[in-house]
Amino acid sequence: MSNAILVVGGGFSGLTAALEAAEVGYDVFIVEKSPFLGGRVAQLNKYFPKLCPPSCGLEIQFQRIKKNPRIKFFTQATVSSVAGKAGDYTVKVHIEPRHTAPNSADLGLLASSLTGETDNEFDFNMSRRKALYLSAPFAFPSRYVLDREMVNKDDQIRLAKSAFVDLNENARDIELQVGSIVLATGWKPYDASNLSNLGAGAIANCITNMQMERLASAHGPTNGVIKRPSDGATPKKVAFVQCAGSRDQNHLNFCSYICCMASLKQAAYVREQYPNAEVTIYYIDLRTPGRYENFRNKVTADERISLVKGKVAGLEADEASGDVILEVEDAVRGHKSKVRHDLVVLATGMQPSLAGDANPYGVTVDADGFIVDGEDKGIFAAGCAKQPLDVMRSAQSGTSAALKAIQTVRGR
Amino acid sequence: MATKIGIYFDQSAIGGGLDVEALAEGAEQRWSDIAPVVKLFPVLAAESARKEIAQDIEENELDGVLICGTSARVDWDLYRFDNVQVERVSLREGCVMAYKNPDGSLLDPDGEEAPELLRLMAVDYVNMGVIKLQKSNVPAPEISESTRRILVLGGGWTGITAALAAAKAKMPVTLVEQSAELGGRAKGFLKTIPLKAPHDKVQDTGLEAKIQELTANGDITVLTKSTLTRLAGSPGAYTATIAGPSGEQSVEVGAVVLATGWVSQDKKVLEPLGYGKSPNIVTAEEFEKMAKTGGITARRVAFILDTKLCMPACDCDGAQAEEAVTADVAASQPEAPAAEGEEAPYVYEDMESVKHLPFSNAVSSVVALKQAGYVADLAPDAIAYILYDSMVVQGVHERFYKAAQDNPSIMLTKADIREVAVDGGGLLVRADNTLLGGSIELAVDLVVLPTGMVPTTAKEPIMQFEYRQGPAFPDLSLFNGYADSNYICFPYETRRTGVYAAGCVRQPMTLDSAEEDAYGAALKAIQCIESVNRGVAVHPRSGDLSYPVFNFVRCTQCKRCTEECPFGALDDDEKGTPKPNPTRCRRCGTCMGACPERVISFDNYNIDQIGSMIRDIKVPDNMDVGGPRVVILACENDALPAFDMAAMRGMPWSPYVRIIPVRCLGSVNAIWVADAMSKGIDGVMLMGCKYGDDYQCHFVKGSEICNRRKENIAETLDRLGVEPDRVAQYQVAIDDYNAVPAMVDEFMKMIFEKGPNPFKGY
Repeated sequence: MSNAILVVGGGFSGLTAALEAAEVGYDVFIVEKSPFLGGRVAQLNKYFPKLCPPSCGLEIQFQRIKKNPRIKFFTQATVSSVAGKAGDYTVKVHIEPRHTAPNSADLGLLASSLTGETDNEFDFNMSRRKALYLSAPFAFPSRYVLDREMVNKDDQIRLAKSAFVDLNENARDIELQVGSIVLATGWKPYDASNLSNLGAGAIANCITNMQMERLASAHGPTNGVIKRPSDGATPKKVAFVQCAGSRDQNHLNFCSYICCMASLKQAAYVREQYPNAEVTIYYIDLRTPGRYENFRNKVTADERISLVKGKVAGLEADEASGDVILEVEDAVRGHKSKVRHDLVVLATGMQPSLAGDANPYGVTVDADGFIVDGEDKGIFAAGCAKQPLDVMRSAQSGTSAALKAIQTVRGR
Repeated sequence: MATKIGIYFDQSAIGGGLDVEALAEGAEQRWSDIAPVVKLFPVLAAESARKEIAQDIEENELDGVLICGTSARVDWDLYRFDNVQVERVSLREGCVMAYKNPDGSLLDPDGEEAPELLRLMAVDYVNMGVIKLQKSNVPAPEISESTRRILVLGGGWTGITAALAAAKAKMPVTLVEQSAELGGRAKGFLKTIPLKAPHDKVQDTGLEAKIQELTANGDITVLTKSTLTRLAGSPGAYTATIAGPSGEQSVEVGAVVLATGWVSQDKKVLEPLGYGKSPNIVTAEEFEKMAKTGGITARRVAFILDTKLCMPACDCDGAQAEEAVTADVAASQPEAPAAEGEEAPYVYEDMESVKHLPFSNAVSSVVALKQAGYVADLAPDAIAYILYDSMVVQGVHERFYKAAQDNPSIMLTKADIREVAVDGGGLLVRADNTLLGGSIELAVDLVVLPTGMVPTTAKEPIMQFEYRQGPAFPDLSLFNGYADSNYICFPYETRRTGVYAAGCVRQPMTLDSAEEDAYGAALKAIQCIESVNRGVAVHPRSGDLSYPVFNFVRCTQCKRCTEECPFGALDDDEKGTPKPNPTRCRRCGTCMGACPERVISFDNYNIDQIGSMIRDIKVPDNMDVGGPRVVILACENDALPAFDMAAMRGMPWSPYVRIIPVRCLGSVNAIWVADAMSKGIDGVMLMGCKYGDDYQCHFVKGSEICNRRKENIAETLDRLGVEPDRVAQYQVAIDDYNAVPAMVDEFMKMIFEKGPNPFKGY
């Protein structure tokens, strides 16, 4: 029997759970499906309420991993099966090939010499990337990955010449013996194309809040300059549409927890870049719990940021100007009106990653995809796999799951 | 002290036309006495190369390995060798990729020969790497005998959960509760909000079962009617003095979970909403008690969540109002007369304010939903109104909100409350801007106002630390009195190692969150004890074996180190001699930076080490010919990675600077600046984290303290006839990589304008 702990998911909750357990003295495996650790937060520009960079905390987490030989992680890896019982699990893990040498050879020049390009999912397709790439400057591990399927003929010839690229590396399957499992599979942004009344993701100047994070990020598609996607124009009148999918039984039957604070934060991004821009946040309830009230007061003290309690019933593009026309039902005054904005941000919510995804773990997920049990089996959900949370509470949740995972194997 | 060093060059990582062979040859000559092995590898990361290094270590009894190639931020897993110190010289990111010519033109990537300035830079960095190793020892951990017992303060929901969680992880626990009974606030709950999926109805708390489990657990000692009066010692070896019914007793504990919860806010703040005008205007806390004892006779109940009337008109008044509340409380405290010359008795600043009402918004909202449900269940004609500004019901609790909306006996509306008036035997609630069509007037039997939750730490120094820096957590006013962390990523970090807060003393929260929080804090307490057992540091330098060593012979008892330590790690004796407590220490080196006598050092990080590195930089005698030189002391956590990123993103900076990483700007000792200046270096840039209320320094105060010291340094420089602005501090975040090259170039421009350091050549 192994006293090791498996953590599925290398985002903030998973990293926290893994590190906290390892620093008590347990062996931990992290299984992450993407080529890099860090998860959703790696895509964010700043955290609320301090407006500090996520890479700061991630850097500390990665340093902790580097210093701690008890942690082993697998990227491009997925769990294919889980067998056994609490305290004694055999987990099969499938690992896709990276196709690059296991060191940080500088493949930057080779990567930029490639001709093939594809949509960059890290930037929500607002930029293009090569087949050989790093997701972000602080990507960890800092090792290039080759998207084999995207390699065109010309590029194949170039790549084949490099001593650091192996075009023929195969996928492999490994088996891990563990005592308990933490599921930190996280969330995905709710797909805006489901929101037919809000333009179904087809209006050029209507972006999602996660796209806004990328636009504001120094390593995003615009190097941090917030611009209108259609024409690169400076936004002058920006709208945030809250609860785009959240709190709606037809979409997400819960509140996504972070969107109010995220929009306030993004309003601050806009205002910092554009002293003359005006921002309106259309909301149902403004949810700034606890001391986040301080942040709300700070942001809303800006006279150019206004809050309107009202539901946005519809969106349409004004083709000529590229503007977006919002149909707003003002909840207090009770009237409907049409308002023009030149950039609209949909505060799309978070959907658990397990919604509609494979679940080889033997746990129950509810109709929305959140994990609701597992504890009696030594399987513990952490972070947004269990319920929508912000980063601070995900860290709490990960720490808590670490203790539960330890309890299963401790002292035997 | 590494005395036998192997120096290895990675040719695959070093481009830019640098003559690696010449570099190696230079190193071999310069360091012949301590570097028996100097080698070049075409690909150092190759397994064969690493095998050869391991072999060299054995054959030549090497105690140090210098890897010259990639940045230390990459390939960490490849260069782990047993029983030797490993140091990295970043010739790729820190040198070649960072290089641009003085005229701003970029390095020719296909150039056959490296520019002379690049070569000089590489030589300096290699030499500094050797010196760093030479002046560094493998730290011998200070392993102290530790006690495994965890002290849990508070016997409410959070404390009980934490105690059980720790006991289940095989740790002995002592739980201290000030009242006679266990259960805390949750004991008074009729029901709780949903704690489990599907999160749509109230449920029993399950508190009684928890209490039974607690009292039945042989590993948990429960002390009721008891309070902590003193916490002396340090993590792994605390002595807690606990006053109880049978007098005082001492308990040896290793770490502490603080779960003392909250007290009700002064109800005075609710007077604008009618509190005190009628016995039928009550708080949520009072209403819960009525519900629990079956004492609700009202049939029409209004729950008011919009508390704008209680709040001062604007933030400027806010400060005044806050002062007023504080002043009220302060006035009620007896003032002990302080005799002349005697130190004034310690008075804890009461941090309760009107703001604790909105800070409780999330709990208040969900509690109103629960209590409205009580009303709905009373009788078929009973009706509950919830009047809110925003329903702060987040996450899956939305489903509970939805269930209340579907309940025909519960009416919810947004409302701006105008007035709560007594009208004969009943009450009238007047509100504007409602969703029911403008202004309304509701005739009700009972009005329930929210209960503001004030953390116990806002009222008293609960911890009673016997620390030189005082009995409470420092700077709690930054968190409005909550024993919270300033780090989003690290919610359990306080400024007192070994003490971890959970539940409503940390943030207002409901039982489900408190349960999770209790587990989190218990984990951190266990981890702290295990770390003490291994002699390693806890966050953020977790695993670090080094700790500050004091050479007391030269100590002048100036007390700077004891005052400046952000974590209160140093006590002192009557004379002022510092008394280190290694297990409280986070290894930032702020004490080392503070010490004017330079008596504090770490085995692997010390004044001589960095000073020697600075002094080894080759400074051209004539700035007009060889250019200036500037030293950058960069925080290794944030500023240094920002430089790495800038280089990787093709944004190089002036070739005249040399970057030396430091643990924290707090560890920067003024002597390093003096070393640089007397060596003829033309300027020093100190690059560290943001400070102030939203500080990002991982050691809380390091960059702020450095900035304070810089003022003293500036004065000294001024006296010596050196322009003080040759030393400048910058606040840099890790994602400022697009900005750091320009900061350097601006600084260099200033240096060129000033001309050479007047000490150059002496």
